[in-house]
Amino acid sequence: MASNKTYWKNIAQLDPSDEAVKKLEQNEFVSKLPEDFLSDEKTLEESSTSRRDFLKYVGFSTAAATIAACEGPVIKSVPYVVQPEQIRPGIANYYATTIADGFDFGSVLIKTREGRPIKVESNPDAPTLGIANARMHASVLSLYDTLRLQGPTANGQDVSWDDFYLQAGAMLKALAATDKEIILLTPTLPSPTTQKIIADFIAAYPNVRPVVYDTISSDAALNAYETYYGQRALADYDFSKAKAIVSVDADFLGDWQGGGYAKGYALSKTPHRDHGKAEMSQHFQFESNMSLTGANADHRIPCTPADQKNILAYIHDRLIGGSAGQLSADLKVFADKAISALKSSGSQGVLVTGLDDDAAQAVVLAVNTYLSSAAFQPEQPKLIRQGNAKEVQEAFQAIEAGSVSGLISVGVNPVFSFANGNALAEAISKLEFSLSFTSKIDETAAASQFVAATPHYLESWGDYEFKSGHYALAQPTIRPLFDTQQFQDVLLRLAGKNSKFYDEIKAHWNESILGSSSWSKALHDGYYSIESSVENSIPDFSALDVSQLRTATSSGMSLVLYSKTGMGDGQQANNPWLQEFPDPITRVSWDNYLTVSMSDANALGLQNINTADGALNGSYAAVTVGTQTLKVPVIVQPGQAKGTVGLSFGFGERMGLKDEMQTGVNAYTFYQNFNRVQNVDVKLANGEHEFACVQLHNTLMGRGDIVKETTLEVFNTKDKAYWNPMPQVSKDHIEFDVTSPEVDMWQEFDRSIGHHFNLSIDLNSCTGCGACVVACHAENNVPVVGKREVRKSRDMHWLRIDRYYSSASTFEGDNETKENISGIGDSLNTFGEMEQAAANPQVAFQPVMCQHCNHAPCETVCPVAASSHGRQGQNHMAYNRCVGTRYCANNCPYKVRRFNWFLYNKNDEFDYHMNNDLGRMVLNPDVVVRSRGVMEKCSLCIQMTQKTILDAKLKGEEIKDGTFQTACSNACTTGAMVFGDLNDKESKVAALHEDDRMYHLLEHVGTKPNVMYQVKVRNTDEV
Amino acid sequence: MDIQTRLFERIKIKDNIKFLFPALIVLISFFSSFTAIAQDDEAVQAGKKLFNANCAACHKLNKRAVGPALRGVSVKYDREWLYTWIKNSTAMVKSGDAQAVAIYEEYNGSVMTSFPQLSNEDIDNIIAYTDYIPPAPVASATVPGAAPGQSGSSGVNNNIILGALALVFFILIVMLFLVQKTLLRIAVASGVDIKPETKPKRTPIWLAFVQNQLLVMVSVVLLLLSSAYFVYGYFMQVGVDQGYMPVQPIHYSHKIHAGANQIECKYCHSSARVSKHSGIPSLNVCMNCHRNIAEYNGEEDLENGYTKDFYTKEIKKLYAAVGWDETNQRYTGETQPVKWVRIHNLPDFVYFNHAQHVEVGEIACETCHGPVEEMEIMYQYSPLTMGWCINCHRETNVKVESNEYYAKIHEALSKKYGVEKLTVAQMGGLECGKCHY
Repeated sequence: MASNKTYWKNIAQLDPSDEAVKKLEQNEFVSKLPEDFLSDEKTLEESSTSRRDFLKYVGFSTAAATIAACEGPVIKSVPYVVQPEQIRPGIANYYATTIADGFDFGSVLIKTREGRPIKVESNPDAPTLGIANARMHASVLSLYDTLRLQGPTANGQDVSWDDFYLQAGAMLKALAATDKEIILLTPTLPSPTTQKIIADFIAAYPNVRPVVYDTISSDAALNAYETYYGQRALADYDFSKAKAIVSVDADFLGDWQGGGYAKGYALSKTPHRDHGKAEMSQHFQFESNMSLTGANADHRIPCTPADQKNILAYIHDRLIGGSAGQLSADLKVFADKAISALKSSGSQGVLVTGLDDDAAQAVVLAVNTYLSSAAFQPEQPKLIRQGNAKEVQEAFQAIEAGSVSGLISVGVNPVFSFANGNALAEAISKLEFSLSFTSKIDETAAASQFVAATPHYLESWGDYEFKSGHYALAQPTIRPLFDTQQFQDVLLRLAGKNSKFYDEIKAHWNESILGSSSWSKALHDGYYSIESSVENSIPDFSALDVSQLRTATSSGMSLVLYSKTGMGDGQQANNPWLQEFPDPITRVSWDNYLTVSMSDANALGLQNINTADGALNGSYAAVTVGTQTLKVPVIVQPGQAKGTVGLSFGFGERMGLKDEMQTGVNAYTFYQNFNRVQNVDVKLANGEHEFACVQLHNTLMGRGDIVKETTLEVFNTKDKAYWNPMPQVSKDHIEFDVTSPEVDMWQEFDRSIGHHFNLSIDLNSCTGCGACVVACHAENNVPVVGKREVRKSRDMHWLRIDRYYSSASTFEGDNETKENISGIGDSLNTFGEMEQAAANPQVAFQPVMCQHCNHAPCETVCPVAASSHGRQGQNHMAYNRCVGTRYCANNCPYKVRRFNWFLYNKNDEFDYHMNNDLGRMVLNPDVVVRSRGVMEKCSLCIQMTQKTILDAKLKGEEIKDGTFQTACSNACTTGAMVFGDLNDKESKVAALHEDDRMYHLLEHVGTKPNVMYQVKVRNTDEV
Repeated sequence: MDIQTRLFERIKIKDNIKFLFPALIVLISFFSSFTAIAQDDEAVQAGKKLFNANCAACHKLNKRAVGPALRGVSVKYDREWLYTWIKNSTAMVKSGDAQAVAIYEEYNGSVMTSFPQLSNEDIDNIIAYTDYIPPAPVASATVPGAAPGQSGSSGVNNNIILGALALVFFILIVMLFLVQKTLLRIAVASGVDIKPETKPKRTPIWLAFVQNQLLVMVSVVLLLLSSAYFVYGYFMQVGVDQGYMPVQPIHYSHKIHAGANQIECKYCHSSARVSKHSGIPSLNVCMNCHRNIAEYNGEEDLENGYTKDFYTKEIKKLYAAVGWDETNQRYTGETQPVKWVRIHNLPDFVYFNHAQHVEVGEIACETCHGPVEEMEIMYQYSPLTMGWCINCHRETNVKVESNEYYAKIHEALSKKYGVEKLTVAQMGGLECGKCHY
């Protein structure tokens, strides 16, 4: 029966005289469409294309496209003429080699496919630095950089190498004849053979003076070691042997003294029950900027650089003796705590510092010697930093003054990375002779007469001594892509020798290093070590004067410069993987910025604003050091010490970079006297900066089911149910564990047969280093989308590392605060306060990728069944089936699915590696490159697990634990990520699955993920 | 053979089995007498065997190969010298024998393998073979010549018979026509009136069809359904390249290599054993054999123009590509990689692994690639559609025997499904992510 009711949507409709309603009845919109909807009306009218014509064109092109599409393309296959024995199409070859670019040093394995290097992995067998960080993982992409120099140039003209030798050789000889000084400026080259070649070169040209230049210097530490041990080197540390770690501004999980300490640190940082009670190290961090190391510390004490010096002196005085200086009350509490931890740990305590101060570095040596610290290893020092700040400064002064006639710069770019770069550029261009060995036209190369194109490290030979007695070899993994020559080969030829660098290395190793060992084996392994039992005599520290540290004071703001996990010293600034890599702390990509504490920001009127679409904007600050002023965008950083600001190196380069990679500001401008700490003046400047930040700076608010954490005391004394409770659901008024089959609405797969893959992530040993993020990019052909798209939350990272802050001292503290709220007024205030990350928050890192739920919410909503479940525990994504409804992403509680908003490959709108032929060489041929409109996500590296299974089938053997790997678990050097087969009861991952610390992300949702996490335990109590 | 079978058939038709055996015996003795005449010298026979076993890898009779041509070698060198040389050439070169050194240098210092196992008699036999000049091909030509002649004449016979038959039919038709004409004339003459029958007027069929609505409906529906079927069929074959047979830059005959010469597939496509790709063999693999096989001497297919000359020219193309200088028997280093046209193209989003199927599953290459040994020109035998893959996965049992990897899984799974043998599908071979990633 029909009803006579009137339906209305709007009150206005009830008024018959309403004009707007009348109009709306006639038209869809009250006002006309905006004019710019189809350019402007005038052009439309003037256009000769009628609607008919338009339809004709469309019809014709559709028909043409249809006909063309029916005709399959003819695909050519070109086999080798003579196939190299070791290359079999479709099978990866691995080569051990070494990366040593003056900043990053490490033994790595290179995965090559059909002769193309496609991935960098750690060399797990190497005893020293066999670990690859995010930058090393990304370095393979720098090989395929379109802006690499393709041949030598002289005076800006492309020349042949023969001409180059002729001209440069003539200049060198002329200068040698008149005995005019030439400076040979190299980065740290701990290469025995290269040193020999340089010595020979100097013998041929005695007017050449070598100077070692570290762009980010460890000069103070080198000086201190040299003073007491007589060698220009760095003491090594093994944090796995430490129970109490006190660090005064040493970012040893970052790039402090060459890095590579994360593995040992994670070992001691994971609670292990060797003697009944669980034990783990306790870590105190005194620092200004929030560093990766500070974020991992049990106690992080933000303080100014002057405070840090006072603290060092205080520790020295209290431990070794001396009249202890003054410390402010709140610092004293923690300094005393740290000292008592050191005292009670005895030889298991260690002190480190990153202060650019000779005395501070000497204090560390003295204290560690006094503690007879097991973690402190001065006997076999590290040789990967050699730079001498004083010599470099003198050399540059001489160049500027004109008292030097030539400069040969090797793989360094002082015009960019020296504080007074502009003056240096001018001076270099006036030199009689200037030669730059480089792989791109950078600022120094542009100012030089001769530019020698050098190959990438993956195309080069090399030998290194990382640590005395610990050698590494580098071998080419691909023929040089361009007309390049190694610097050592060029020196050899200029010195009039006929041999090549390779012959020299082999000869030198056979003569002086290998003894009776085999060269082939050393080359195959990539490393060779001699066990030396040199007992250093213990130096005498009695003359050490700490008075200057005791009385250090600061006036005004201090700028603390640092290097970022992603960009390091900036050598790989043209690498889109690293530009898009979100900083572990701020989660900002494609930028550097001034980190300012909340109170300073308020005082200076600096602010961060979250725009309505979730993007982050920030004010600009005018930052002045001495006479130099830069306009820098601001990030308000929780945990930044009041009175300090931070700025990272590596950004702001403008030459040899694609337009989009020219990001950030050049912090080297402020790096005067090679001191990371500078007095600074910060003012609010005009404008607002748009960041590409993937996670906002809110706190966790005690949402303990995402990041679970507890303290060592609770962990040791309380039940699992207390600190890692299983969520309960009620059925018939009975409480059940959420994982109980009793309350399961789903049909369970039978996974007891075959493999059942699980990934365990230990929040204790994850330092947030991000190596897994880049490894995932390389393995899975994950596209780079660019700053604009990241800002729109369209980043494609399959694996993200969430960073969570907590305003209270522990996350549980948040819970208590939350529960104690009384009344609405109070709750509004308290929640507001809690959302503001505190002055010194706790930090937790949590890598999150597809959780591969056994009860996956994404699978049930896919209308085309593109997302389906595998029996081996992996959640499959059939890209060719996906129609792009994005229902799955909506329904995923973990937000790990990524949508291809655009075609990111072979698309002129983007200019990253997938958009040029050279860059595409890095693609993994076993993984499909996704197209536009397709959802993608972590596959738990199914191509790797399938390959492992196939290998086992071919060999006809069972698979041993540890053979199954994913790209992320393989890249994880700290052992935080463990991957394996749960059905293999002997496997590590099966044991971790039964561990008390195990929990699943959002367990109460009932998704039963195959990725598990281990509760973070903090050692915040007295030891 | 032709005569033999023909005789055989003729005898069979006669169904006189008693004639069969004597006839065969006569036939066989006829042929054997021929061969006896052609190869009278036993030494030459033995020599040929030895030559093929020991020398043919590097020497040819009339043409320089790795080593010199051997026809008439006994004239060039002393018999005793040859004995020593063949038994241990290296020692001879070392001892500084002038002739030995000369030949050593002429062939760029390539060492001839020593054959200490050959007796002087063996060497004599080999030399007898190399010296043997087969009688002029006039005599032997009669036999092969006879066969085509015979077969040609039989073709003519058939045509004549067919022609005669056609003639007879034609005559019959003419006769019938004439008879009818005569009969009609007789009828007219005898006054019989023959009128064509007149039928009552009916509604035409098309009108009846149009008027019958049900029939119209049914046929329209049928028409729509059948056209939909064909449209669907058309669209489903878009992108399916079954039968794709492109022209390749070098006419490579799988029929000759895999068929006539029985070369194992995986000899050339060796990476199929270990890798996801079967691999197009690199040219150095071709040269393993073609260093010595410079011309084609097998069967010809004249109808299609595949003459010996044609094939030999294709081998020359290979030499040009790999940079092989035939006259000097050395590589020039000037190569031109061959741009083969790829026949089997799987889309990028499909992962297929040859090693899994060929080595682990022990699936014969022919299962997917068809009768390659009969393909003069290679073509795509299977549709390579997903449905085709899936069907095979449903039907094929997993080869688990003596594979340690499968031991545990197979036992558990077969218990679960209650079957002796597991199909690929039961092992999880239908899961999307196993092939799409």
